[in-house]
Amino acid sequence: MGEEKTAASTLDAPGPVLEPGHTYGSVTDKISSIVLTQPTSRTWFIGFGIAFSLMLLLFYSIGYLLLKGVGIWGLNIPVGWGFAIINFVWWVGIGHAGTLISAILLLLRQDWRTSINRFAEAMTLFAVACAGLYPILHLGRPWLAYWILPYPNTMGIWPQFRSPLLWDVFAISTYATVSLLFWFIGLIPDLATLRDRAHSRTARIIYGILAMGWRGSAIHWYRYETAYLLLAGLATPLVISVHTIVSFDFAVSIVPGWHTTVFPPYFVAGAIYSGFAMVMTLAIPIRKFYGLEGFITMRHLNNMAKVLLATGMIVGYGYMMETFIAWYSGSAYEQFMVMNRMKGPYAPYYWALIVCNVVTPQVLWSGRVRRCVPALFVISLIVNVGMWLERYIIVVTSLHRDFLPSSWGMYSGTFWDWSTYIGSIGLFLTLLFLFLRFLPMISIFEMRTLVQPPETAREP
Amino acid sequence: MTRKDEVGGKDWAELRARLESARGPRYWRSLEEVAETDAFQKLLEDEFPSQASEWNDPLGRRRFLKLMGASLALAGVSSCTRQPAETIVPFARTVEATIPGRPLYFATAASLGGFATGVLVESHMGRPTKIEGNPRHPASLGASDAITQASILGLYDPDRSQVTTQAGQISSWLSFVAVLRREIEAQRLSRGAGLRILTETVTSPTLAAQLNGLLEDFPAARWHQYEPTARDSVFEGSQLAFGEVVNTVYHFDRAAVVVSLDGDFLGQGPAKLRYTRDFIEKRGSGAAGEAMNRLYVAEGAPSITGAMADHRLRLKVGEVEGFARSLAQALGVAGQTPEHEAASGRWGSWIAPLVRDLQDHRGSAIIYPGDEQPPIVHALAQAMNRALGAEGRTVTWTEAVEARPENQFESLAELARDMEAGQVEVLLILGGNPVFDAPAELGFAEQLNNIKFRAHLGLYEDETSELCHWHIPEAHYLESWSDARAYDGTATIVQPLIAPLYGGKTAHELLAAAAGAAERSAHSLVREFWRSKTSTEDFELFWKKALHEGVIEGTSSAAKSPTLRARLDAPDGRAARAQLSTLAKPAGRRLEVVFRPDASVWDGRFANNGWLQETPNPITKLTWDNPALLSPATAERLGLANEDVVEMALDGRKLEAPVWVTPGHADDSVTLHLGYGRTRGGRVAEGAGFNAYAIRTSTGRWSARGLEVRKTGKRYRLACTQDHHSMEGRHLVRAGTLAEFQQDPHFAQKLDHGGGDELSLYPGHEYKGYAWGMAIDLNRCIGCNACMVACQAENNVPVVGKQEVIRGREMHWIRVDRYWEGSLDDPKTYYEPVACMHCESAPCEVVCPVGATVHSAEGLNDMVYNRCIGTRYCSNNCPYKVRRFNFLHYSDYETPSLKLLRNPDVTVRTRGVMEKCTYCVQRINSARIETEKEGRKIHDGEITTACQSACPAQAIVFGDINDPGSRVARSKADPRHYGLLTELNTRPRTSYLARLTNPNPELEPGAVEHPEHAQQSHGGPVAGFDPQPRKRAG
Repeated sequence: MGEEKTAASTLDAPGPVLEPGHTYGSVTDKISSIVLTQPTSRTWFIGFGIAFSLMLLLFYSIGYLLLKGVGIWGLNIPVGWGFAIINFVWWVGIGHAGTLISAILLLLRQDWRTSINRFAEAMTLFAVACAGLYPILHLGRPWLAYWILPYPNTMGIWPQFRSPLLWDVFAISTYATVSLLFWFIGLIPDLATLRDRAHSRTARIIYGILAMGWRGSAIHWYRYETAYLLLAGLATPLVISVHTIVSFDFAVSIVPGWHTTVFPPYFVAGAIYSGFAMVMTLAIPIRKFYGLEGFITMRHLNNMAKVLLATGMIVGYGYMMETFIAWYSGSAYEQFMVMNRMKGPYAPYYWALIVCNVVTPQVLWSGRVRRCVPALFVISLIVNVGMWLERYIIVVTSLHRDFLPSSWGMYSGTFWDWSTYIGSIGLFLTLLFLFLRFLPMISIFEMRTLVQPPETAREP
Repeated sequence: MTRKDEVGGKDWAELRARLESARGPRYWRSLEEVAETDAFQKLLEDEFPSQASEWNDPLGRRRFLKLMGASLALAGVSSCTRQPAETIVPFARTVEATIPGRPLYFATAASLGGFATGVLVESHMGRPTKIEGNPRHPASLGASDAITQASILGLYDPDRSQVTTQAGQISSWLSFVAVLRREIEAQRLSRGAGLRILTETVTSPTLAAQLNGLLEDFPAARWHQYEPTARDSVFEGSQLAFGEVVNTVYHFDRAAVVVSLDGDFLGQGPAKLRYTRDFIEKRGSGAAGEAMNRLYVAEGAPSITGAMADHRLRLKVGEVEGFARSLAQALGVAGQTPEHEAASGRWGSWIAPLVRDLQDHRGSAIIYPGDEQPPIVHALAQAMNRALGAEGRTVTWTEAVEARPENQFESLAELARDMEAGQVEVLLILGGNPVFDAPAELGFAEQLNNIKFRAHLGLYEDETSELCHWHIPEAHYLESWSDARAYDGTATIVQPLIAPLYGGKTAHELLAAAAGAAERSAHSLVREFWRSKTSTEDFELFWKKALHEGVIEGTSSAAKSPTLRARLDAPDGRAARAQLSTLAKPAGRRLEVVFRPDASVWDGRFANNGWLQETPNPITKLTWDNPALLSPATAERLGLANEDVVEMALDGRKLEAPVWVTPGHADDSVTLHLGYGRTRGGRVAEGAGFNAYAIRTSTGRWSARGLEVRKTGKRYRLACTQDHHSMEGRHLVRAGTLAEFQQDPHFAQKLDHGGGDELSLYPGHEYKGYAWGMAIDLNRCIGCNACMVACQAENNVPVVGKQEVIRGREMHWIRVDRYWEGSLDDPKTYYEPVACMHCESAPCEVVCPVGATVHSAEGLNDMVYNRCIGTRYCSNNCPYKVRRFNFLHYSDYETPSLKLLRNPDVTVRTRGVMEKCTYCVQRINSARIETEKEGRKIHDGEITTACQSACPAQAIVFGDINDPGSRVARSKADPRHYGLLTELNTRPRTSYLARLTNPNPELEPGAVEHPEHAQQSHGGPVAGFDPQPRKRAG
């Protein structure tokens, strides 16, 4: 398809968001063919096979966990939270980009969002699904997880509303619900397209049910636009709130290193940072394998790199403020915590985090790097690792040496910690592979609005 | 396994015989034992292969099916009569004073090293569950120690031996008695020349009478006593000093100055609880005008007594004698060789101020020699105490308490010689484990094989029973009738709380059987003995009173005033032999090796007790192991770090063990604790630690020279419950000198880190009734761990095992934090027990999403196990890290005997649930119920928490802080009172009283040695002392 060098050659003006030369028909053909007509590739099967195996590893790990208890992980006293919470925050963070791209950029009328919003949203859902597993699995008695919900019961017991973990439940479930609705509503017109173009009867029926009777009438479009805009408005504060509340899990406590007012904005920025990094990590291979360079253009990658740079700087500022406030507070415990992060037994993790999250993205100041796809891919991976390390540092180093030196301890993940983590990546990738295969990964109808010169739309 | 029919048939016949020999209510339990044996397991596994031919043979098959049916039917048989083996109490006809659900207490005595400590045992419906000290007993005064507390687990230990065995095959007591009688009668001709009886230290008057009776019958027979921790130096020292055997009793409650010559009187010895109490009472609180006592300790291996010292002189164990001689000389004790003056350089600056202090306190000073010091030190100490006018004031003497005081190492050596010479034909080993713990040079295990008939009475099938023809399960002291004497001679009748769980026998019964009176029960033997000893007409009253009180009045040993000999170390044979050390300097890599009984497993007898194995060593905070302890300087010189495995060689004997760097240890010296490295004796004991007996000999029983240490390059993981030892400049344990305190009584409160303005988002709680609180006096706490095990017993706290401790998941509700301050080589040691603080604004309560931890109307921070889903957020948010989480299924729900152990008033927690100190809420509620029935308030002192009642130093006070007259309220008004981490605004209900020291102004700490470290020793914490940062997981 499109030669990305063409786009890359124009240095200053923003590149096109859709390769010139596309027509409505070609856009529809191109995207819907991935689902409907192209034979499922070997690569897909191999990728899906690996992802599925990893997912089975997750199920096996969960089975063993339920059998034995959370003691199979590396947790202890003082480090009562470990990989589960690290991964939870990491996945929730990744789950930020989708809604942000879809909702906030929609409201801000950033039309370049169009070609990446669909799979970014899917990614959000899958990441939130992965994230949602952990708070349940990390419980000592996961089968009683529903006790956190305020449901009417014969014992007349309510949850304890002062606990941030309870706020978490509401925040995450609301976010997951709205994200799902937003994603699904955005899919409806495309599902109708697939219904109309599908050859197999089964596909027609399934897509038909999912399309919910969409005929593309003006009144449909009118209602659709209204609903979509409303949901975007609803989702926007959620993007901010969900990670703010996740940060409350830490900020509301009294643990040095957690008890920090900078956490809400710093967590939100970190979430957007990691979300965009993950979108980039996924978008780069996908556009390559499915030949979608014309849809996800260098302009997209360039813009995402800029967002990475900006949020990376906010995160860096967060680190700086943490350190500064520790000194400024005059609290011996806070000061010790910062020194312990920098010089203690986990110092290599801390400095690796700084390199990954603060130093590495600085190369994005260079326009040449921003237009170098392999470099962007590597940087996005580094940021993903860095953001995981950030959560590791926050969770583990704060807990492992807090107030009473007699109780200090060390933490490290066990085989089961890693298998659950890697397994959840398997779950994520499995869902993603299924999504790529069965749903249009790029919004067809929205892409058509980008086609120039305009023609009369015939198809729904 | 051979395959032929005959052989298979023989196996089955044996099994059938085994099954048939089991009878009555013990049937199902016996079967379990059968099933436990390796042979039976193997039989089951091999069933089909070895019995395959039986299927083709109609007769064989029928027999096979019959047996299979029999084994299946066993379940049915037992389910018809599921009577527990132990005595139960029917409800219909209530036993006097038994109210279901209400515990009863019985007085009895626990013995260690032969000496008794009175205890009260809590019994729930006929099963003992908890041990408390007996307030009327002179060695207890209501307190107990970790070992006594844990003995309740020893009772229910499923690994205890459960059947009489002959050469490893199950037999019966009656068969044993028959054989024993035959063997004993065969000795009659030779007047018992081939008969030997080996016991542990005997103070029991009944047992002594039985032994003496047997020896009268068989005059040529011999009775030997041996315990690896025998107090031979005390015995020999008395001989040296007085020419006779006396029992020395110290009165710390009258002593203003105490000098301990390597003596751990707070942590070891028959009177440790009493001495602790007396010492602490005299130590006082520094309150207006009150004087504090002063403690000087010269020691090599750090002990809890050393940790309590105002001045600690770090000496090699072998140098203590020189110090004692210098001191004796300066105090004007005559009759010793002056050759030791030269060595006084290391303690030169100590002698003059010490002597002045002692002379100033004539009549109120004690020189206390350590049990492990050579006899001459004991003799010198006796002489010095005399010279200081201690006689009749701080030191008194009585007749010996032991039935037959003797040098037990010599006694055992004599037995070994006889065995080697083939003179021993019948050997009865009543308790003890000499194959494991005899001195290495005796070759006891090899000699044992020379004996025709050898029988072992013991709680476990251990190393000794493995080499004996017969093993007879011993009754635990809580299952036994017996008697025993305390450190001052006071006798107690040992009465059983429960019928023997496994049909165990006491030494009394075995000796009676040997004497031909197998039908005599221990009860009748003890009773008859005391009937013959009492002149009272109403023996029933005497007996009931003795059982009820737990002490027999007027039985303390008669006072004596022995005369001191003119020359203490006259070179007679005895003194020369008793001389255990010389002052030769070790050269090069050759070190001094020091042996000490272990604080947990003692000499190895408690090695199968999980509670004790998991109780951290008071000094090292290590569990489950006994590494070689050495000083930081020595470790540095030898290039060793924690957990490096070294090979230690002493006189050609070798031992591999990991090392543990221990600040405060003497340089060029290695301490090994005894009792670990068991090869048999239960699932817990086996494989834990290293057997120090392998290099321990009679001459170097407590210390020896010439240890070679070689690094092997191997590593060995050790399970330490406290990885970090410095307070990091935080004012956690607050301590000051008496002078500082008198100048500013509120010094401890001024060390607060700020905060504490009690601002809160949430409205405060109002306490209209009781408001429970606790105060822990750090000036009293000696760090002995009694509270930890008491809490474990009271609250059904599970054992997690070494791997889980390494992962940092130990479950103790109360822990004793140990901090070091000052130089790395010779730091000050501070203890601080930490349990749930029951904060008034508790950080744990607000973060629990399900409200599983809530505040009670009386200020308790309640943990609702049923509601807990295990987020662990509460623990993360707890600044004191006192919460404990059941990461795995730690509680044993399966083992039948352990079900009997549980306190029925406390929930046994399942996995996934958080738990923590409850202030013994079950005891609070029980008292509340009682007082509400009586319509009154709970009196101060009516409720004692488990930790409080065990504490020998009475460091813990619990009560109602709303009652201004309560002891706890008064403690909280003390100027030394402070809270831990109050700057977090947690407002803890448990608070502390600062520790005080009473140093001699003439003797500045650190002035003696290592002046380069002296500068650091003021206030500066041990700079992050962590020989290597340890990963606790994975």
